[in-house]
Amino acid sequence: MSSQKRLYNVAAILRGLSITFGFMFRKRPTIQYPSVKKQHAPRFHGLHELRRYADAKERCIGCELCSSVCPANAITVIGAENSPQDRRSPGERYAARYEIDELRCIFCGMCEEACPTDAIVLTPRFEMADYRRGSFIYDKDQLLVPPDAGAGPAPNERPGGIPGDLGRVAEIKATADVEKGYDATWRGTILKTQRKGLTLLK
Amino acid sequence: MAWWLVVLLKSALLLFVVVTSFAYAMLAERKVLGWMQLRPGPNRVGPWGLLQPAADAAKLILKEDLTPQTADPLLYKLAPFISLLTAFAVYAVIPFGSSASGTWAIGNVNAGILLILAITSLGVYGICLGGWASGSKYPLLGSVRSTAQMISYELAMSLSLIGVLILAGTTSLDGIVHAQARVWFVLPQFVACVIYIITAVAETNRAPFDLVEAETELVAGFHTEYSGLRFGLFFIAEYVNMLTVSCIAALLFFGGWNAPFGLHFVPGVVWFILKVACFMFFYIWLRATLPRLRYDRLMAFGWKVLLPVATLNLIVTAVVVAYKG
Repeated sequence: MSSQKRLYNVAAILRGLSITFGFMFRKRPTIQYPSVKKQHAPRFHGLHELRRYADAKERCIGCELCSSVCPANAITVIGAENSPQDRRSPGERYAARYEIDELRCIFCGMCEEACPTDAIVLTPRFEMADYRRGSFIYDKDQLLVPPDAGAGPAPNERPGGIPGDLGRVAEIKATADVEKGYDATWRGTILKTQRKGLTLLK
Repeated sequence: MAWWLVVLLKSALLLFVVVTSFAYAMLAERKVLGWMQLRPGPNRVGPWGLLQPAADAAKLILKEDLTPQTADPLLYKLAPFISLLTAFAVYAVIPFGSSASGTWAIGNVNAGILLILAITSLGVYGICLGGWASGSKYPLLGSVRSTAQMISYELAMSLSLIGVLILAGTTSLDGIVHAQARVWFVLPQFVACVIYIITAVAETNRAPFDLVEAETELVAGFHTEYSGLRFGLFFIAEYVNMLTVSCIAALLFFGGWNAPFGLHFVPGVVWFILKVACFMFFYIWLRATLPRLRYDRLMAFGWKVLLPVATLNLIVTAVVVAYKG
């Protein structure tokens, strides 16, 4: 090493010291998580939820499309026939069992893309930590919203349900319940309502 | 009061002060490192994380004390205490204020600096034996490194201090500080000061000279096998050694308790503590900035740069003092 290069090294060390010193006074980007929570994007992929229609009927028709599309094999659906005395869903079938292993789930959102009735959606909820593995298998009781929890927008009143109707989109965006995650499937649902032409059962 | 009671009280107080400053030096290190890396640092235990040291201490005390089967049981258990005792023993002769007031040092030894050098040299035994007695590969490599590193940097360190001793004409720490009443030795002995600071970093095994405990290569170096309280003792020893070398730097090069710019209304102890704190900050700052040196470069730097420069500095100082005095 020449003496010139050594001098350069000293200068480099001093420059490095000045950089680290300056960093001490920079604004730190840390979010103090448990006490301060970040507002997630409305379509954040978090914990699943099985939704209902406004008349409290289950949206899920037990078609098992979600479980077959699931790349992680995390969803188990066993469908059963509705009977006239006990109509759980508006379709012919309903999900007798609906289980998601949240430890297998990769939160890709394919299930909500595949769902023809928008029954399964991903909410922005993400704090699912627990002490036992078994508690990560969410069954239907845990996934299904309570009957009085509100139904969320129906397939035909989706934001952007009528393409180009931007006023409607803005209106629904403004009323969207971010916490419950009912606005989690906007893009997917536009396609689905157009394709399937589902209507809300009153 | 009986003299031994005074010494006992002073020792107890000093022990408390040193252990507390160790605890908060550690917290300060984690905080400052965090700030320099755009993190907030520990802030969960107590206000601004001020109780973090207590939490750490509780954790270390409650952890299991493991001894590897291949370890030499006696030396393995003894080594942390050697490190800790030598680290603490130094404070017996470090004066925190002028001896004229008679209260700021436990012992005013007339060969204080020599005693400090002798005791700190013993500290390498703790690291060395701890690594060897672990009966494991990485600690052994760490202790081999520490032996080579600490011995070779101690040469340059001692040589850099001799210049100061020549200028002061005494080896008593009190006398050295009094000799700096007009001008601090950092000015006439600037080269020695730089060499001392560099070697002090190496002596305390701190980044960028922390090859003894290089995490990326040696897991944790000499204390890989240690856990719980014994690891804690090594940990305390490292930080107390940092404090020691900072104290020596403040005493020998930065005027000890002498006030700068004629600000004499502030007590000397405050100046001394302030100077030591600046050095501690500098250590943390260095750790946040510089990457670890390669081992052969560390040795080459010590033997081929620091040692010759320190020797040259010593010769020049001796010649100048001889001609003027």
